[in-house]
Amino acid sequence: MAQTITPPAHLQASGDRRAWLFVSGAALLWLVAYNIIQPLADWLTYTLFGIAQGSHLGESVAFFLYDVPKILLLLSGMIFAISTLRSFFSPERTRALLGGKREGVGNLLASGLGVLTPFCSCSAVPLFIGFVESGIPLGVTFSFLIAAPMVNEVALVMLFGMFGWQVAALYLGAGLSIAVIAGIVIGRLKMERHVEDFVWQIKGGGGAVAAHMPTWAERFTESWRSTREIVGKVWLYVVIGIAVGAGIHGYVPESALADILGKGAWWSVPAAVVIGVPLYSNAAGVIPVVQALMAKGAALGTVLAFMMSVVALSLPEMIILRRVLKPRLIAAFVAVVGLGIIAIGYLFNLLIG
Amino acid sequence: MVHVKVLGSGCANCKRLEAMVHKVIADNGLHAEVEKVTDYAQMMRWNLMKTPGLVVNDTLVASGRIPSEGEIAAWLKN
Repeated sequence: MAQTITPPAHLQASGDRRAWLFVSGAALLWLVAYNIIQPLADWLTYTLFGIAQGSHLGESVAFFLYDVPKILLLLSGMIFAISTLRSFFSPERTRALLGGKREGVGNLLASGLGVLTPFCSCSAVPLFIGFVESGIPLGVTFSFLIAAPMVNEVALVMLFGMFGWQVAALYLGAGLSIAVIAGIVIGRLKMERHVEDFVWQIKGGGGAVAAHMPTWAERFTESWRSTREIVGKVWLYVVIGIAVGAGIHGYVPESALADILGKGAWWSVPAAVVIGVPLYSNAAGVIPVVQALMAKGAALGTVLAFMMSVVALSLPEMIILRRVLKPRLIAAFVAVVGLGIIAIGYLFNLLIG
Repeated sequence: MVHVKVLGSGCANCKRLEAMVHKVIADNGLHAEVEKVTDYAQMMRWNLMKTPGLVVNDTLVASGRIPSEGEIAAWLKN
């Protein structure tokens, strides 16, 4: 029996009105803040601190004072918006949408829903079991499981803030493509017997999932909570990353890195993927450094490959998935996704000059 | 006697929900038994796809979210 507990309609409506009013006010303040940080950073650096314009130190300080508030504002605002959008999706609804979809269409839909459905790696196991048990093919399930962490909201916002929307869009498109293709490949490998046996034996009880239609006030409260949690976890990395990046901006000579991280160095893409794996969850600190490196001659494909490896291939998630997957299937998952990322890296280095 | 189960693998939200359940029970002076379920095979009895889940007397009442204290109290009193 599905239960819903909702307050009386008139109370709910007034709560929602107040919630919208509050969020609109916050958005207005956000816009004002976003528009005054550039002049404020310049004024602090060149007028208050009196550092000479055009000097190495001045460039680094102004860059730091502008970028830290800018990125933190972008992160808070956009993660709040993304969380609110995600509150319209749920794993149950996603599973229903994916039921009976065939290879190809199913993989495409699963990847898209992987980005939109709220997901944390701690729920990866029940979600995996729930999908497989309801008859969704293994390859389609993997498309979802690859896309969900790969298109990381923090990475997406940081790429947008530091490289512009084009690079953020490339990252989104590349992540979705890898999830679709890797899912199809894993499906073709016919690895069903490398899923732990107990998964196939589970028969979901008829337990009805409690239907809950959140009010706007609840959506906003929950989004605000998760925004605080995410930004609280990454802000220090952002500050450190931007400080290091600012140092590189001011002091490392132009194109000093072209030989090591430029397009000419064929080995830089696989190396970036390997280095990225242990850096899990530090996407926030890594991007500002990478952005500074790029300004000094590193290639875009290499940078994107690095970024994706940081978020998509993580040891903690593999340990969690080991509960339901045998080692061979985990190895196949890492190999297919790793090769996909490397291919994307080369492709962008080749296409974009 | 109400039987309550908190389903979750130990993530932050699962712990928060468990603490809330204990608080609601104490605040309302209810007689309830709280059990923590961390085994995935068991959780699937209720088709749970997103942790944390809350089960009251064998019925899944909430999944993938933290209900308000008012909601929890209402479920426990029925």
